[in-house]
Amino acid sequence: MSDSQSIGIVVPEQMQFQTPLALKSGAVLDSYTLTYETYGRLNAAKSNAVLICHALSGNHHVAGVYADDPRNAGWWNNMVGPSKAIDTEKYFVIGINNLGGCHGSTGPISINPMTGKPFGADFPLVTTDDWAETYIHFADKLGIDRFAAVVGGSLGGMSAMQLTLNAPERVRHAVVIAAAAKLTAQNIAFNDVARQAILTDPDFHGGDYYSHHTLPKRGLRLARMLGHITYLSDDSMASKFGRELRNGSLSFNYDIEFEIESYLRYQGDKFANRFDANTYLLMTKALDYFDPAAQYDGNLSQAFSHTKANFLVISFSSDWRFPPERSRSIVKALLDNKRHVSYAEIPSSHGHDSFLMQDAYYHQLMRAYMNNIMV
Amino acid sequence: MNTSIDSTTHQTSDSRQTLITRPDFAAIAAWITPQSSVLDLGCGDGTLLRYLQTNLNVYGYGVEIDAQNVLACFENGVNVIQSDLESGLSGFESGSFDYVILSQTLQAMKNTEKIILEMLRVGKEGIVSFPNFGYWRNRVQVLSGHMPVTPGLPYQWYNTPNIHLCTLHDFEALCSQHHINILERRVMNSNKKIRLLPSLWGTLAFYRFSRKDGSE
Repeated sequence: MSDSQSIGIVVPEQMQFQTPLALKSGAVLDSYTLTYETYGRLNAAKSNAVLICHALSGNHHVAGVYADDPRNAGWWNNMVGPSKAIDTEKYFVIGINNLGGCHGSTGPISINPMTGKPFGADFPLVTTDDWAETYIHFADKLGIDRFAAVVGGSLGGMSAMQLTLNAPERVRHAVVIAAAAKLTAQNIAFNDVARQAILTDPDFHGGDYYSHHTLPKRGLRLARMLGHITYLSDDSMASKFGRELRNGSLSFNYDIEFEIESYLRYQGDKFANRFDANTYLLMTKALDYFDPAAQYDGNLSQAFSHTKANFLVISFSSDWRFPPERSRSIVKALLDNKRHVSYAEIPSSHGHDSFLMQDAYYHQLMRAYMNNIMV
Repeated sequence: MNTSIDSTTHQTSDSRQTLITRPDFAAIAAWITPQSSVLDLGCGDGTLLRYLQTNLNVYGYGVEIDAQNVLACFENGVNVIQSDLESGLSGFESGSFDYVILSQTLQAMKNTEKIILEMLRVGKEGIVSFPNFGYWRNRVQVLSGHMPVTPGLPYQWYNTPNIHLCTLHDFEALCSQHHINILERRVMNSNKKIRLLPSLWGTLAFYRFSRKDGSE
């Protein structure tokens, strides 16, 4: 895939919603904004819309670049574009920054119309249910009755599943990649360590750090470093960094010695400068809360009995955050309901992050599946 | 285990053509009731399932371990679950399919008995096909002091994937041992049905079977 196949320059847009949104938590947002990008053209029948749901730290910038920032390619630029696996010449592809995000959609950094100040800690926790609700309202505004496909990796895969559960009639195909039907205790534990790093940062100020003109960068940095470890695999870290020393020899202090330390600190710093800590907290909670089987006594098959979509489920062999057996339990629930489902387990050494990587076989599978969808 | 064919074919007519070149698939398809549910184990590139879907309006899934075959199934537009048959069919509920098919794969499996029992747990009926080790040319080659190499068993002893070869009698004995009811048998050599001395003249055997009433 060369850059010549990139969608090119893209422009984010905003959509305002004035109808109050009752959230799962019981809170109500009187109005909200969703920031989004679209690629390709919506056909006359409005049958070729593909919604891409983003993961924990993603956003609406799925593909292409910005005119004033040509190096900032979308997070799934290798998957989405003209003649790519998700072909923008066939599909009208939509990326939405989830409610609660920090890239333009209403979230903790937005101004609370009641107070004239940023929401901060007052922004309600949101769930995948709430996002599904906003996706439906968004589709309504564009006149899209049914998405040809809803596609997502990790938390994005969960959001895609949620939409098939909450609005079965509105999704023809769901592509659920490197996801799980719920988090394990270990998954939640990792999330809570990340949250504790942020919550205990002296600069956090109970979530109202905006008014203190500071940012809980140390906490967010630690949260990201921890998260990053869980997104990679032991093997990929070993092959990329091993025990390489930065300066060739031990220096017997706490500065950066091993290359992996340098890499993680760099990733942490980069992230702490571009992401909002409150959004990070909220996104990890959305992950923890996702459990569609909960209201059916833990019976996932019963939960999926309401879905109507065809499914493609994909896992990666080295993903230990949401390993293949987690995807297989989703597949099992779909099989129990005689839903159309295909499942592929892709050999990969990149851990959970594999779903973002350029991998010939993975992309061939995606292309083959997306090719067969009639629009 | 299926030979590779052009996996980009999407037309019904192409599927029909494909079937003509695969008499073993035709034999299996002849046993499948229209609109039934089918699980095709070791489904290869999905050709048989695609044929059954297109022509018999069958609903089903393939199970396949090989990555390139899984991709071919995607291209063929059939549902495929990537999974290792050796670990059983735990992803499938008991009695959830009308037919479970295992086409020319049984002889290459380690857990031969287990998969046959699993087929009958998950399906109401099982259909298997396998090369007949008792085919006279195989017997002659063994008698002459060599492991057989024939069109039906084209491998050398050191590179064959076939580790559990059997004769018609052997398979039927296993069925009887496990209280499996053989409903139908067909034996073939190339495109021809073999009725006379099938255990000698047949290269490929097909069985349709079910649990004996009351047996587990």
